[in-house]
Amino acid sequence: MSWIKDIVDPQARRWEEFYRNRWQYDKTVRSTHGVNCTGGCSWEIFVKDGIITWEMQQTDYPALEAGLPPYEPRGCQRGISFSWYIYSPIRVKYPYVRGALLDLWEEARREHGDPVAAWEWIVTDEARRARFQQARGKGGFRRVSWEVALEIVAASSISTIKRHGPDRVVGFSPIPAMSMLSYAGGSRFLQLMGGVNLSFYDWYSDLPNAFPETWGEQTDVCESADWFNSKYIVSMGSNLNMTRTPDVHFISEARHAGAKFVVLSPDFSQVAKYADWWIPVHAGQDGALWMAVNHVILKEFYAGRQVPYFVDYLKRYTDAPFLVELEPHNGGYRPGRMLRANRLERYREVENGEWKMLVLDAATGEPRMPKGTIGYRWSTEQGNWNLLMQDGLDNGEIDPDLTLLGKSDDVQAVNFSDFGRDAELSRSVPIKRFETAEGPVLCATIFDILMAQFGVGRGLPGAYPASYDDDIPYTPAWQESYTGIDRQTVIRLAREFAENAERTQGRSMVIIGAGINHWYHNNLNYRAPIVALVLCGCPGRNGGGMNHYVGQEKLAPVASWQSVAMALDWSKPPRLQNAPSFHYVHSDQWRYEGDFTRYHPVPGADGETDARGHVVDLQAKAVRLGWLPFYPQFNRNSLELVQEAMASGADGDEGIVAWTAEQLRRGTLRFAADDPDAPECWPRVWFIWRGNALLSSAKGHEYFLKHYLGTHTNTIATEVAKESVRDVVWHEESPKGKLDLVVDINFRMDTSALYSDVVLPTATWYEKDDLNSTDLHSYMHPLSEAVPPCWESKSDWEIFKALAKKVGELAEQHLPEPVKDVVCLPLQHDTPDELAQPRVADWRKDECDGIPGKTMPRLAVVERDYRRLYERFISLGPLARRDGMGAHGVHYAIDDLYDEMVRTGPVVESQGARYPSLDDAQDAANAILRLSPECNGEVSYRAFAEEEKRIGLTLTDLAESSRDVRYTFKDLQRQPRRVLNSPCWSGLVSNGRAYAAYCLNTERLVPWRTLTGRQHLYLDHDWYIDFGEQLPTYKPRPGVVALREMAETQSQASSIRVNVVTPHGKWHIHSTYYDNLRMLTLSRGMEPFWLNDKDAAEIGIVDNDWVEVFNDNGVVVTRSAVSARIPRGVAFYYHSPERTISIPKSPLRGNRRAGGHNSLTRTRLNPVLMAGGYAQFTYAFNYWGPTGVNRDTWALVRKLPELTW
Amino acid sequence: MDVRRQVSMVFHLDKCIGCHTCSIACKNVWTDRKGTEYMWWNNVETKPGTGFPTLWEDQEKYRGGWELDGDDLRLKLQRKGGALANLFYNPRLPQLDDYYEPWTYRYQDLFDAPAGDDQPTARPISLVTGEYMNIEAGPNWDDDLGGSPIYAANDPNLEGVSEEERRQLTELERLVFFYLPRICNHCVNPGCVAACPMGAIYKRGEDGVVLVSQDKCRGWRMCISGCPYKKVYYNWSTGKSEKCILCFPRLETGQAPACFHSCVGRIRYLGVLLYDADRIEATAKVQTNRLIEAQREMILDPFDPYVIEQAKRNGIADEWIDAAQRSPVYKFVKSWNLALPLHPEFRTLPMLFYIPPLLPVMASMKKATYDIDEREFFGSIESARVPLRFLANLFSAGDIEPVSLVLRRLIAVRAYKRAGTVGDITQAQAGSMLDAVGLTEEEAVAIFRLTSLPTYDERFVIPPYQREAAMEELFGDPLAQKGETGFGPRARPRRGA
Repeated sequence: MSWIKDIVDPQARRWEEFYRNRWQYDKTVRSTHGVNCTGGCSWEIFVKDGIITWEMQQTDYPALEAGLPPYEPRGCQRGISFSWYIYSPIRVKYPYVRGALLDLWEEARREHGDPVAAWEWIVTDEARRARFQQARGKGGFRRVSWEVALEIVAASSISTIKRHGPDRVVGFSPIPAMSMLSYAGGSRFLQLMGGVNLSFYDWYSDLPNAFPETWGEQTDVCESADWFNSKYIVSMGSNLNMTRTPDVHFISEARHAGAKFVVLSPDFSQVAKYADWWIPVHAGQDGALWMAVNHVILKEFYAGRQVPYFVDYLKRYTDAPFLVELEPHNGGYRPGRMLRANRLERYREVENGEWKMLVLDAATGEPRMPKGTIGYRWSTEQGNWNLLMQDGLDNGEIDPDLTLLGKSDDVQAVNFSDFGRDAELSRSVPIKRFETAEGPVLCATIFDILMAQFGVGRGLPGAYPASYDDDIPYTPAWQESYTGIDRQTVIRLAREFAENAERTQGRSMVIIGAGINHWYHNNLNYRAPIVALVLCGCPGRNGGGMNHYVGQEKLAPVASWQSVAMALDWSKPPRLQNAPSFHYVHSDQWRYEGDFTRYHPVPGADGETDARGHVVDLQAKAVRLGWLPFYPQFNRNSLELVQEAMASGADGDEGIVAWTAEQLRRGTLRFAADDPDAPECWPRVWFIWRGNALLSSAKGHEYFLKHYLGTHTNTIATEVAKESVRDVVWHEESPKGKLDLVVDINFRMDTSALYSDVVLPTATWYEKDDLNSTDLHSYMHPLSEAVPPCWESKSDWEIFKALAKKVGELAEQHLPEPVKDVVCLPLQHDTPDELAQPRVADWRKDECDGIPGKTMPRLAVVERDYRRLYERFISLGPLARRDGMGAHGVHYAIDDLYDEMVRTGPVVESQGARYPSLDDAQDAANAILRLSPECNGEVSYRAFAEEEKRIGLTLTDLAESSRDVRYTFKDLQRQPRRVLNSPCWSGLVSNGRAYAAYCLNTERLVPWRTLTGRQHLYLDHDWYIDFGEQLPTYKPRPGVVALREMAETQSQASSIRVNVVTPHGKWHIHSTYYDNLRMLTLSRGMEPFWLNDKDAAEIGIVDNDWVEVFNDNGVVVTRSAVSARIPRGVAFYYHSPERTISIPKSPLRGNRRAGGHNSLTRTRLNPVLMAGGYAQFTYAFNYWGPTGVNRDTWALVRKLPELTW
Repeated sequence: MDVRRQVSMVFHLDKCIGCHTCSIACKNVWTDRKGTEYMWWNNVETKPGTGFPTLWEDQEKYRGGWELDGDDLRLKLQRKGGALANLFYNPRLPQLDDYYEPWTYRYQDLFDAPAGDDQPTARPISLVTGEYMNIEAGPNWDDDLGGSPIYAANDPNLEGVSEEERRQLTELERLVFFYLPRICNHCVNPGCVAACPMGAIYKRGEDGVVLVSQDKCRGWRMCISGCPYKKVYYNWSTGKSEKCILCFPRLETGQAPACFHSCVGRIRYLGVLLYDADRIEATAKVQTNRLIEAQREMILDPFDPYVIEQAKRNGIADEWIDAAQRSPVYKFVKSWNLALPLHPEFRTLPMLFYIPPLLPVMASMKKATYDIDEREFFGSIESARVPLRFLANLFSAGDIEPVSLVLRRLIAVRAYKRAGTVGDITQAQAGSMLDAVGLTEEEAVAIFRLTSLPTYDERFVIPPYQREAAMEELFGDPLAQKGETGFGPRARPRRGA
């Protein structure tokens, strides 16, 4: 028997050419995907016969230091399926306008020669406006020429600016890092017009508020290679395999290098498969588990014995040794504000004494004022804002006491809230008494207060647990009823986690993601593990720390990019709006809820307190106090306002500001936030690009359809806010269809495109040049044009250029002269505004004077030149040269580089002046690279030199070795390049070292951008104290009844109630790839509704049955996936399906087309996250503010009785 | 000794993340055309699960592979009356429903729907009939335990797993899944080759890649039945069968196959094995419990001077011997006994080997709380969530010992690395764990390095193909080929030809 035949006639093998021919190709091009997946993977795009055939991963990443696994290959199932889109039937190839609008437009243009007049003929007539609004989303698209599409969009913009003001033109595009220039094209266009950019990171609920709370940082985390440096990794709420697909190999490689991997996840998920321990914490209760972990760590590694590394770390890098005043409250004491230097005689005269905090010095037994607190950051004398433990008064060395135990004046009973059981616990802490001008104060260290909060008694009197088995906060026994996890497991987890950190000096790590950050109390759920990490000395260590991965938020060359993107080179400040507030208010979701105290009760919040009431009132307060932005800013057109100010004799910009402030104080000018439903306060024109704003990210999607679009909706919720709202104006009839025009720029006919009025075809990621970076690795990537933009598509940069040109043309007649615009914006992070409001005081209630930029929002006057919009768009303006660039509080000059760019070109000439060119995307990319510390070694050096002056310590050595490095766009196309050390970021990357957050802080003593300059375990803003969140704590999840998700919804025969959660899915990134045939084939042809097998059996559902899922907010109809891996009572509907793909109709809601996952949700804002004007609680775009929770909800599910399409 | 060479493969399942990037890399390049829609030369299955095509492992249903009949080895398919009797009617052939009906959507409706009173949506339509369809199956239908009461519970590998353990597999304490990526095993004793009545399937001498000649194939489809892994597919458009070609056009140009290249979990290794063709028959005929051992014995030591001499006599170039010596596959399969064949009892001598996965430890429920009572730092194999019997049914024909040894070795290496970097496991403890599984410290370091740190070139040691020599044989002068390649017509397989 001949088993194998290796002598085959060679002629009989000629057919093998068949497959060889298929493999052949004509060229390859490097690109990547701009999809907010955090991948930032380098791809090789194959082109054959001028057609993109497929893509494969590039494997040429520059290596990191020896001993780390390489990055190659990066790129997942979704990325590798992208080539399907290019020529797919869902590709938007031409501009489209909905027929109902196009008919009106053509009629209007016949009547009116002028496009702006034509637009006004349509939208000022309610019947005409309603005619095309009600047609939204219901088919009837017509292909139009670019000329027609641009004219409609430009006319609507000009008309809106003239009639309502430029801040009624808004734009939404997510996460610029994934395609920086495509974002920048739109934002530059909007900002040059005076329009508004909506934030994304907070709206997606990707912003981990605990990062600004703890570190004064939006987000800074380690790159994935650094996971390999860890020896104990706990993953929570982060399904690494699904969402960090190109990175997760580092986890398995770390495991085989001896690391332990623990997964907290309610379902047996893909990442659980990777774990040594899978701990199925009840959904949303991770915080409770970590509170108990902290109890064990404090008891065994601090109280029982001391670990020198931990103690030293806590003293140097955290607020733990700082002193807090105990303040009388409800007949007892509560932990209050930190003790300020100017309260004591010794420091009464120091500059910014209100903003310098004190520790107790062990040597002298006296309070001392260490350097690095925020008062030093913004003082006139520079060089003392550093983490040296020295007294800023006399440079004396300080050895701070962590605890007063054994040296206290007394012990004092203090009240701590047990939110879980709505109780107060009285526990004693050791205190010192200090004399102040206002009398004696009782103070304790934050460390001692933490010990008390966590219930580690150390022999002190009070309601302390006697053992781990006592069921009181926050013992291992206490957490059992919340988490379902046995105390023994929690104790062992705590011990292993801390012992690992002790032995490795902090190489214990938490990886965390959307699964945690989408809960209402996301900040508390984060603070609990942060405490464990800080107690174990992990942040600022390679292989340690809190590593939050959600959106692709890290735009490496942030300083130069934001100058271009926000048009700071021509005019500033920009109008930047936190989207959660915008959508909560403008889409009228606030009208459907009553007092937030129903679902977020604060025990003991009586009398005049902000810790109760209706969120929309607090939102309005946050706006008038300058904490949060809000656009439209006023109930008046900001251009007209300037005219009126000048007519009233206002002199210059200062005069305009003063006049405007006076109108606000008098109430003759109102914030739009105070009356958002009045027509003069509506947003009017909405640009959507690079995202799926109407569904994928639209929490409360059905309310978007109702109040923004004025089309059909499946919500049955009732409006209940009337009785609760006190300050904001209530209109009996809620507005439907606030938006005059929705423009979607897209390559897919996704849900947002389907519901928009105008759809413009954009180039895909293989058809344009752009830049990409991520926090998951440290390389800069290009997107490149493998083929020219297909059909009639154009890149986003070119589309917005074309729009700028068209607006400029129409402005010739309508806005021919430069005009002044008064811009209202909140107090700004990383500026002296951080010292604006030591206490909360409302000028409208006469608690203080109304002063712009201090107790009120900032007001600024900006000149707009609409005729020159296009020229400004394509050139880097003079303000960049004059003012330099900067980010995160770092600043550097670029005038010489600017001049060099003008000399060497390319340049744009305009009215006799020469500017560096931003004409095409490559020019813009090169400008950004050239002017950024991350990509130009000389800029890095000079930024560190500037930073040295503020810090008073040497830093430029960090940039010395790379001073001659300079990347161009072509360099990136040849090979991804690693970013350089930069003071705009906190990690260090020299010599292939893996980036880990806060190494710059721990190793070079650069302060964190917080109140004390240290990591904050304690938050003493007035609102935090009022809300009982000054300490890390546990608050229960808002319940279904309190949230009113099913007040109107009737249960049906054979239906059960489930907690619907919407984690990230395996077969798409958000909604992108969801409609891709490859992904649909490998999944179930749609996004199924995952149910526990026993729950499904209870209502007679078998796998792949059609189900109807419904609550007050809306309805979903899809197939079921029945699986034992889903916990009982919980259902998973992965984020994010599309209404465009295979969605049947809903019998329960009038047999209308059912919706997507966000049809079941409604957003709620946690007011404590609105706090502002105070140190790290000072607004910056995407950095601070309430997040767009909740994406979890409750709904009933039943078998679909009848399938109709 | 008849030394042959095989480009062989290892998949490290502990590293597999179930992402299916491999599947799409393959689909994009090879099966994205008419007639191949349903083909997944590379697919990934969730285990426990029923796989693709459904229940492919159930050879009572499909009669794939070989069986011993006394001293004879014969195709299971030929059990009754031989193959030819069933040439025109093969009841063992998987049907469309065993795969799935490929579909797409009426995407165009989103653009073209006339103005109406409700939102348009793109409904699924069959790629076979063009009609509206209900999607009831797909190539990855039971992904991540989707439909687990129907699919996972019917995994053929649960045979011999106790009722108690089966029940627990759906409970919190023991619930588990992992992934099994599959391509053609490029077997040394391939069932497909033996089953083909046309002699259209051959195993290439230079690298062992098994190919279906698109010239010779007449679409009898006996190969589909003969392959117990169901890795040959019928192209309904060309009327020919097609299968994984191990991306030979890439191999021939020094590149890893697309699915290997794109494996973002970095689980795949590729390298040359030398084996003794004289021992194929005997190896395929050993008793079931000896199969793994016998196959390892068939694989030759590329450092052995006698093997080298015999290899050269068979015309194997020095460079290939060098590649065999550097082969990561050789290390995992033979030096360390860490990689095992999938279903060796099918007796096709598959040349793709799997390192079975470590999985989370079990827990126990105490009234209402979940407790991990395992006391070993990394857990022990006894406490692993997946019953060893299940893994043994997959990778060692039901014999627990080989699987157990692999897992204990993986844990020992981890413990050794932890002892050296953290110290909460002591050096002495780690040393005794290594001793117990027969590994030296040097081996532990080497295993760690090849598992955790390998670069692209260390994972894929691709032998030099010397195409000029092959072309000389095929086309004559390579210089002429330099000028002519690509000018010829791109011949497509023709139905019936």
